[in-house]
Amino acid sequence: MKKTYYLFNPGRLSRKDNTLKFTPVDEEGNELKPRYLPVEHVDQLYVLGSLDANSALYNFLGKNDIAVHFYDYYENYTGSFAPKCKLLSGKMLIAQTQSYLKKSKRLEIAQSFIEGASFNMLKNLKYYDNRGKDLMPVIDSIELLRKKLHSTMDVNELMGIEGNIRKNYYDAFNLIINDHEMGIRTKQPPLNIVNSLLSFGNMMCYSECLRAIQKTQLEPTISFLHEPGERRFSLALDLAEVFKPFLVDRVIFKVLNKKEIQVHDFEEKLNRIVLKEKGKKKFIQAFEKRLEETIKHRSLKRNVSYKHLIKLECYKLQKHLLGMDLYKPFKIYW
Amino acid sequence: MDITGTHFNYYMVCHRKLWLFANNIQMEHSSDLVFEGKLIHETSYQQRSATYEEVAIDGIKVDYFDTKNKVIHEIKKSSKLLDSHAWQVKYYIYVMELNGMEGVTGVLEYPKERKTEEVFLSMPDRERIKELLVEIDKVIHSDKCPGVIHKPKCKKCSYYDFCYSAESEG
Repeated sequence: MKKTYYLFNPGRLSRKDNTLKFTPVDEEGNELKPRYLPVEHVDQLYVLGSLDANSALYNFLGKNDIAVHFYDYYENYTGSFAPKCKLLSGKMLIAQTQSYLKKSKRLEIAQSFIEGASFNMLKNLKYYDNRGKDLMPVIDSIELLRKKLHSTMDVNELMGIEGNIRKNYYDAFNLIINDHEMGIRTKQPPLNIVNSLLSFGNMMCYSECLRAIQKTQLEPTISFLHEPGERRFSLALDLAEVFKPFLVDRVIFKVLNKKEIQVHDFEEKLNRIVLKEKGKKKFIQAFEKRLEETIKHRSLKRNVSYKHLIKLECYKLQKHLLGMDLYKPFKIYW
Repeated sequence: MDITGTHFNYYMVCHRKLWLFANNIQMEHSSDLVFEGKLIHETSYQQRSATYEEVAIDGIKVDYFDTKNKVIHEIKKSSKLLDSHAWQVKYYIYVMELNGMEGVTGVLEYPKERKTEEVFLSMPDRERIKELLVEIDKVIHSDKCPGVIHKPKCKKCSYYDFCYSAESEG
């Protein structure tokens, strides 16, 4: 399976014959021993350090269909190098736009995203309820809120309910996570460890969804739950809702409760708590491991990875938009 | 729209596949099967390129055309779908005839199976192709995508995940 590679160290990436060569540089600018990345195993590159590269490299990456995503010093996504888009379909784009423009159609899809998202949140809560955390009150109130999803009249109303569900859900984090308090959800900037991990994890999930969308004919800027253009590729935000609970949140619970990531993996910078490089590496490792976990898919009747589930979600959405099938969100069934 | 050999082949295999392909809903080519096919194509009969030509007319693209003997060579991975492969080649012969080339025949080559099949275009075939072109056009331009065919061959199709992804309750 092709993998995502993360470049933390500053250095130079170049084409060497028909493969990739990464030469790290130290603080004085001296070149260190190069590493070779087999090009046919690379799905995409995340650049979190500073990278030196030339157009020959980008041409080579483009030919091999490898995207490069860049993040700034504060882990904010800044942009991507995307290989030539070969998957364009006018029919698909028009169908997607029409579904956005028709209020009832847009709402129907948006409701499905929240239905899946909240179902998967409940799964997390029930899992920890079975392990001795008393989460029944939260579960009950979310169940009650979920009943209202399909009677909402517009996306704003839906977002209101979604906000309430999420508030309940995040309150439960304080019970699930052993030694850290989540308090209220703070973003931009995250003010404590749990919030910092959530921001980082959600960003990872969002990038993963975007990559899946880019492998289909869906247009990433036309979304249904979020307003198009709310952030660059808002369809990725829509999809991420369904996957965040079991791709991000579960990994956070695990790394904190098993003390794989601890207070010393973070640092305080300008009124924000961010992961140190070592902490980021640990989280990314846990996250990637999660993506590679497999389940037996019920309709495909074979094993698929969590990562592949995101692409299947894109297919289901395509079929819905083209009027072939009704979109049903992915719900954890184990 | 020009109808290509691929359209012709897909019409024989599955109407849904034809519709999706013609409407540019194509799958990312990441599967090992696709890669294997490409590899067979690139590595078999390497000495040929000097004497054989790649011919493209009216939307069809013939991999190897032996200009001297007027034989079309089409390389495939497995002879399982022989019938649809044969029709693809018959269509190539048909288009070449329309372009004024007489006496063209075809050969299907399965290097992995060390097997070849000769293909000829008969009078009834010509009539059938005319009918098929109308039918293909109808499928391609239909508003609705044809349904899933649920055949064993679906499992090896690049659209398998697309067609069969669904959420089954319970």
